[in-house]
Parts: sequence; structure tokens; C-alpha cells
Amino acid sequence: MQTKETHTDFKVRSLDTIGTNESVLKHKWYHNLKYLMAGILFGILLVKSEIVSWYRIQEMFRLQSFHMYGVIGSAVMVGIVSVWMIKKFKIKTIYGEPIAFHPKPFSQGQIYGGLLFGFGWAITGACPGPLFAQIGMGATVIVVTFLSAMAGTWVYGLLREKLPH
Amino acid sequence: MLESIKHPWPWYIAGPLIGLMVPLLLIIGNKSFGISSSLQHLCAICVPANIPLFSYDWKKEIWNLVFVAGILLGGTISIQFLADPHPIIIHQALRTELSHYGVTEISGLLPNQLFSWSALLTLKGIIMMVFGGFMIGFGTRYAGGCTSGHSIMGLSTLQWSSLLATCCFMVGGFIMANLILPFILSL
Repeated sequence: MQTKETHTDFKVRSLDTIGTNESVLKHKWYHNLKYLMAGILFGILLVKSEIVSWYRIQEMFRLQSFHMYGVIGSAVMVGIVSVWMIKKFKIKTIYGEPIAFHPKPFSQGQIYGGLLFGFGWAITGACPGPLFAQIGMGATVIVVTFLSAMAGTWVYGLLREKLPH
Repeated sequence: MLESIKHPWPWYIAGPLIGLMVPLLLIIGNKSFGISSSLQHLCAICVPANIPLFSYDWKKEIWNLVFVAGILLGGTISIQFLADPHPIIIHQALRTELSHYGVTEISGLLPNQLFSWSALLTLKGIIMMVFGGFMIGFGTRYAGGCTSGHSIMGLSTLQWSSLLATCCFMVGGFIMANLILPFILSL
């Protein structure tokens, strides 16, 4: 019984981002500026491709437009080829570290949580990335949606042990 | 040149560029592309409350918060300097459907009649903005990722669990948009 509990706990914990992305290298604060630049680039992409648009999300879920399927599908294709090349040619980071991949284990959360997120995505027309971009675009009321999303994450943390995984 | 950048970008330009975020983050710092974790880090900073999910050294994940701050700035830059002067073109069937619910001002990227401070004071607004946001936060953490972490990063690394999550995102979205949202919009 004890071992089973421990195993379940491990399975739940490995879903979190805690402990991933760890690097033994320590960098000065300004090394984070490269992530700021990457974020700006991604934010511009989200807005200019209109992924941040509530209308485009509605069209996707009504099968009225190919746009969103094209964006996500081609992004995944490029992602797959990139990851394959990184593995094949053993490409390292700019600091010379080997690139690490973190498997995402199966969990019932992908079903229940996935459906819930799908509901939220279709109502608000936003996933987490576009929430930030929409606030930046001046849609100040989206701060409320964002704070609600934080509250949702917090309540999940509170109830996690009681939920099926 | 600038004129053509201001037009909405087609999927075959934007999609591959978004896909390149995956190797970019891996190469500049061994980071896995993902956005919803930022909500977890913010909870860990603001209200950890001894909850195991929020009790960790969030300083190690600060890159993720810098990244989402960049997304916000990117939104501002796009609107200030790269905004498309033309009104958004949407599918005629969607336009007709929305007009049945009184949503007739189709401008910008979000319908102002549904997403504004004054709309927040209505039942419809509370469901759409507050409840909708809550489901995004709860659902993404429960699923272990969002469209970026699962659908892009997870599928790029050929994770079956991410394929399952992505299918559930889509099923949830189809159910909401076609079966439930009509009721909410007619409130």
C-alpha cells in the first residue's frame, strides 16, 4: 500500500514543471533578456497571425476557417523537424550544454483538464499566451480573465490530491 | 515592406515561425516551450500557501516569466507599430450568428460588446471572462500544459500524452463553441 501511494505521488509530481529546465550553469540576470526578446517575437506572431482573435477561435471551432489549423499544423511540423535535427546532429545550447527533453507522462488530467481548458479556450477565445498579448494590446479588462486563470491554477493546486490523475 | 507586414500574416508564414520558437528556446537556454507554467510560477510567488504545487524555488523558473512579459510587450508593439488599419474579415456565417446575439460591432480582435469593463458587470460577462479564465487556469495545470506546452512542444517531441491532451482541448472547444456558448451568448 505504501509503495503504491509513493508511486502515485511520483506520477502526479512528474507532471509539474517543478525541477525541469534545471541547468547547472548559473547566469547573470541579463542573460534573461534573450527570453524577453523571444517573448516579444512570439507576442508579435500571436497578434499578427490573429491567434489572439476571439473571432478566429470561433471560426476554428465552427470549421469555418482553415487558418488556425494551418498555423498549429505547420508549427508542429516545423517543431518536429527541428527536434529531430537537434537529436540527429546532437546540437548543443549556446553555452555548450547538451539539449534535454522532458517526457510528459500520461495522466487522466490530460482528459479532464484538457476538456476544461477547451471550454475556457472557446469561451474566452484565448489560451494562456494570447491572454498576455491581449493585455499588452490594451484590452485591459483581460486582466480579469488573467487573474481568474491564476485563481484557477491555484485552486487546482489546492485540490490536486483529491482529483483523479 | 512595412505595409505588407501590417496585413494579417497568413498561416504558412506565422505557423512555421511559431514552430521555430521550439528550437530557439532549446538552443538559447535548454528551455521547453510552454506558457501555462507561468501561471503556476506566479501563484508560487504571490500565494504559495504551503500548497506542494507552489512550494518550490520559483527563481529557477524566472526565464518563463520574462518570456511572458515579452509576449505582453510584443502585443503592445504589434498594436502601436504594426496594426492593420483595415477591419478584421470574419466568416459570413459567424457574422450572422453573432448578430442574432446582438454582437454587431465587428472590429478589433475581440468583440468589444462582449469583452469590456462594462460587459464585466453582466452575467454573460462574468461567465465569459471570470469563469472562462478560471477554466483556462484550472484546465491547463490539470492537463499539465496548454496549446504551447502540449500541442506545440509536446507534439514536436512526439509525446502521446500531448496528442491526447490536444484532442481533448479540441473536443472541449467544439462542445463549448457549438453547444454551450450559444446559450451563454443569448443571456
